[in-house]
Amino acid sequence: MASNEQTVLQFVPSATSVSARVHPLVIFNICDCYVRRPDQADRIIGTLLGSVLPDGTVDVRNAYAVPHNESSDQVALDIDYHHNMLSSHQKVNPKEVIVGWFSTGFGVTGGSALIHEFYSREVTTPVHLTVDTGFKNGETNIKAFVTNNLSLGDQQLAAQFQEIPLDLRMLEAERIGYDLLKPTNVDKLPNDLEGMEASMERLLALIDDAYKYVDDVVEGRIAPDSKVGRFILDTVASLPKLSPQAFDKLVNDNLQDQLLLLYLSSITRTQLGLAEKLNTAAQII
Amino acid sequence: MANATTRSFLQVAATEEATPPLRVVQIEGLAINNTTKFLKELFCTYLIQVILKIIKHCKEFSPALVTGQLLGLDVGSVLEVTNCFPFPIREEDEEIEAEGANYQLEMMRCLREVNVDNNTVGWYQSTLFGSFQTVELIETFMNYQENIRRCVCIIYDPSRSNQGVLALKALKLSDSFMELYRHNNFTGEKLREKNLSWVDIFEEIPIKVSNSALISAFMTELEADTPVKQCDYERLQLSTSPFLERNVEFLIECMDDLSMEQQKFQFYYRNLSRQQAQQQAWLQKRRAENMARKNAGEEPLPEEDPTNPVFKPIPEPSRLDSFLITNQIANYCNQVNGVAGQSFSRLYLMKALHEK
Repeated sequence: MASNEQTVLQFVPSATSVSARVHPLVIFNICDCYVRRPDQADRIIGTLLGSVLPDGTVDVRNAYAVPHNESSDQVALDIDYHHNMLSSHQKVNPKEVIVGWFSTGFGVTGGSALIHEFYSREVTTPVHLTVDTGFKNGETNIKAFVTNNLSLGDQQLAAQFQEIPLDLRMLEAERIGYDLLKPTNVDKLPNDLEGMEASMERLLALIDDAYKYVDDVVEGRIAPDSKVGRFILDTVASLPKLSPQAFDKLVNDNLQDQLLLLYLSSITRTQLGLAEKLNTAAQII
Repeated sequence: MANATTRSFLQVAATEEATPPLRVVQIEGLAINNTTKFLKELFCTYLIQVILKIIKHCKEFSPALVTGQLLGLDVGSVLEVTNCFPFPIREEDEEIEAEGANYQLEMMRCLREVNVDNNTVGWYQSTLFGSFQTVELIETFMNYQENIRRCVCIIYDPSRSNQGVLALKALKLSDSFMELYRHNNFTGEKLREKNLSWVDIFEEIPIKVSNSALISAFMTELEADTPVKQCDYERLQLSTSPFLERNVEFLIECMDDLSMEQQKFQFYYRNLSRQQAQQQAWLQKRRAENMARKNAGEEPLPEEDPTNPVFKPIPEPSRLDSFLITNQIANYCNQVNGVAGQSFSRLYLMKALHEK
């Protein structure tokens, strides 16, 4: 980006190797805002809220869109809106502070530098998150950037956007289950037992896979991989060694506890039913 | 709130004639479809994003209880919940309360600016171990109901979600209950007349989830390759005892409350029968006196004397509390049943694994 390469070009690398982590809500929020963008707008931008973890990871937990206008060489941001929204969010959760900003579209574009400069005033090292809602390459393209300043002597020349690693493993989303997140329509939420069933099925499939792998290795169909072998060994070893009697006792005790609770709750329910009948019927005096 | 009120008048005027039954409540990103066993079907759709927001807000502040507002559209027979925003934690201070109202208006104004539907359709709140059936909830619901004809309340339980369960419920009060509540009429007689039992206070609405195609695409791409998901780990956790213990603890507390209520009723009935005995005694005395007066050729005294304290009716205690407590107990029982059922399967699974 810097045009002058003969004099001393100072390249200040970012102090730490930062990385970013994104809460799925942020992606959802951005997508929703994009769907609801004004007619004439090509992209939407907005503020990212979150916190910086002790190890330098930027944890992005919330986002809101900020209305803006963009022409070829200038960007107008609704700063009032930004501040209003910020103070509202802080009332709810004071721990979430500005950590950067997001924009839809593929990678960094021209106007981005200006917006980034604005956010640099709000927070020392803002993170710029780009979400490609157009799926240009036919795949998801979510990237995070920080800037490095290029300066010539005391003069600021430009800012270089540098990509930083982005952690997209979304534990929160996994908790809800992708079964619910992926399809565009789900008629019913899975209840406890259905979820349990699904988990068990997956577990069984995994055990089957492991069996098959071990059998194949033993019979020489697959080249053995010592790493996998060690994992399997660790897993098997993690089962506590108990004598069958002790184990039976443990399981049976537990079962009996649960049965007792079930019994108790059934009795309670019966009592409730009875009490209700008595309460409403006994009053004929 | 103010524009919700004005809107509601219009809406009430418009809907007074024929309210189409509410069939769907749709949450943007996550649609929740609620069907009532009542005359009409209630159906909500929620967008996933709304559910994520609710979960995030409730979880971050757990174990403190939080609330927030649901925004969306009421389209014919479908109630779509397309967005929501959290309320700051409430404090017992009037000044802050006023600020809270301001916050709400401000937030709705801001959201409108980025083209978010800003009609209130209900609210959400977090709960611990399903202990949400309180008078406050009913009052809040009635308040909302005054302003918007159809509203829904989402209950999320962060404590249960740690077990890999999406503990999300959409509730509404049944119409017959609301009618009674409005007249504050919870005597045994009225309840019998309406044939309303504690089961009929809340109606749970099944949840339907919908997603925009964009989000769906992102999620398909972003889904991790690992065959084991976080929720699987959590579901297969063997230790459920803390949860069960807390549940049983709450259950015992509720039982105490219920027996207190029962004592109130017993006290009332005892008083009532004592009063009736007194009335009888007084009547007999008066009759005897009248007989004497008649024999003596005097005018008989009236057989009723409203000024006498014996005839003052004793107010019947409201059944509302005991109804709610009963509901609560039933809820705990269900939870215990559910969790115990799950841990049975886990135990057998463990046994089978061990035998291998």
